[in-house]
Amino acid sequence: MRLIDITKRCGVFVVIIWLAASLNFFLPKLSGQDPVRSKLLQQAALGGYVQSGIDDMVKVYEARFGLDRPLWQQYFSYIGDVVQLDFNYSIANYPRKVSDMIAEAVPWTVALLGMTTLLSFVIGTVLGALLAWPRAPRWMAWLMPPLWALHAIPFFLLGLILMYVFAFQVPWLPIFGGYSMGATPAMTLGFVADVARHAVLPALSIILVATGGWALGMRGMMVTTMGEDYVTFAESKGLSSFTIFSRYCLRNAILPQITAFALALGQILSGAVLVEVIFGYPGIGTLLFQAIRENDHFLIQGVVFTVIVALGLATLILDLVYPLLDPRISYQRT
Amino acid sequence: MQGFVRYLRRNTSLVVGSALLLFLLLFVVIGHFIVDVEDARALSVRPLQPPSWRYPFGTDRQGRDLLAVMVAGTPLTLRIGFIAGILGVAIGTVLAFVAAYYRGWADTIIRGIADIGLTVPGLLVLIIIAVSIRGGLTVNQMAIVVASLAWLNPTRTIRAQVLSLRERGYVEIARMSGMSGPAIIFFELMPNLLPYLAATLVNAISSAILASIGLEVLGLGPIDAPTLGMTLYWVNFNAAMINGWWWWWTAPTVIILIVFLGLFFVTVGLDEIANPRLRKSA
Repeated sequence: MRLIDITKRCGVFVVIIWLAASLNFFLPKLSGQDPVRSKLLQQAALGGYVQSGIDDMVKVYEARFGLDRPLWQQYFSYIGDVVQLDFNYSIANYPRKVSDMIAEAVPWTVALLGMTTLLSFVIGTVLGALLAWPRAPRWMAWLMPPLWALHAIPFFLLGLILMYVFAFQVPWLPIFGGYSMGATPAMTLGFVADVARHAVLPALSIILVATGGWALGMRGMMVTTMGEDYVTFAESKGLSSFTIFSRYCLRNAILPQITAFALALGQILSGAVLVEVIFGYPGIGTLLFQAIRENDHFLIQGVVFTVIVALGLATLILDLVYPLLDPRISYQRT
Repeated sequence: MQGFVRYLRRNTSLVVGSALLLFLLLFVVIGHFIVDVEDARALSVRPLQPPSWRYPFGTDRQGRDLLAVMVAGTPLTLRIGFIAGILGVAIGTVLAFVAAYYRGWADTIIRGIADIGLTVPGLLVLIIIAVSIRGGLTVNQMAIVVASLAWLNPTRTIRAQVLSLRERGYVEIARMSGMSGPAIIFFELMPNLLPYLAATLVNAISSAILASIGLEVLGLGPIDAPTLGMTLYWVNFNAAMINGWWWWWTAPTVIILIVFLGLFFVTVGLDEIANPRLRKSA
């Protein structure tokens, strides 16, 4: 891959970041909302205190949040802050910083998503390849209908069903949260086991659904690949069936799966947000849910922006690595 | 007619999918006759009744008859999906044809936007949009919000189809015989793409419903509308699972399952019509 292509691809990444930041900045402004005032009014309504002082309070808070300056100044300072991943203070949880709250939630989501995405990709791809392979065990054919059906279901819906069966009816697994109430987060064996037990159901509801998608995609590619002339040639050369399977079919059929991986990340993440909400799993999704409930604009923006940057980075890396996996692709002729 | 029946016997996915959706349609239509849809509002009936002869689906904590909620809410959820899906595919088709048929800078821009847009997690962008226009979204506004991203995927996939079609011999002939660009698009390309467009549409409707339910579960939906997603929001809000009110979430879950499975199998069936090469493997 040439340097200019790498630069171009990185340029796209920067554009994504800039667009996401600008969207974050302008959309709420366009709607003419006043987050500080609405928050104060809400608190006034809750606490029942007099509303006469609110206008002054709004002024003070707007100065503190920097909302009293002209729009273009706000825009540039916003972009400047955002580049440093500084998203101001949380309105609902002042004086906590948005970036701190996000940093607390990110490891949970990364662990859950990293594990589930990887597992479902590997299991699904191998399963899909075997499903297309004529010499695979016969019982595998029975896997197709359930895989199809699961693939069509939203993650969180399966989560609800799993939760009912394995946490409510048969209380094998915890129903809620990322760790037991009262447990102190520490790097002890007991706590890690506790966290793992809590992650089983959310992870399972993602893996079961996502595996079906990968398996279906892979099966389709395998069928096409097995029809290629070079596979027929390999067969007539008398190569072992395992060699044909792994080195001739699997290797070629897997490439589109990796391309699809970049696109699937966004969808998996959108689905995982809801899974977290259903299970009260203390990751990015639940944080976002709380922020929406509390109408905490800075927190919502911070979460959305962080996720877009993280995913943009992931796809960037994937795109840069891809030519190494597929020698036929070089960026020279695009 | 006989040939049609014979074809359907082979295309089981299409039959299964249509049957599921038909069942849902019947449920809604018959439901409107046997239940008072007004009971889908809060405070209409006694709260938290488990399923009985009087309330076959039970009632929720705010006093809604869940059967009435399902009968009233299913069409609302489907409406969001249909409006957003149709808008998305319509916009996507136009953009895809412009991009793929005329190429050039229009193609570069359209493809660029679609490619970038697809790598961004859609639900999160929709959240930002929905949060910005709060103050009580209506069902139709909800559909528009979802449609704002629903054109990305159709644009990308239809463009790829048009790119391969435009090199075919009959398009070449039409071009040489002096047919204008729009005429070729409408009379030569479009008819050949119809089955594919239908599959794309069903797929888009399904994604739109998924996105709308996602927004609703997060609490960004039409608060006073009894859609399926809002019902799940209340389920989560009241912790119905932990409290053992199983009937509350069972009804919407089953109906959403039927919706997605039905749409999925119809897509698979339509794909089979659009792409006969799939038949070999089926």
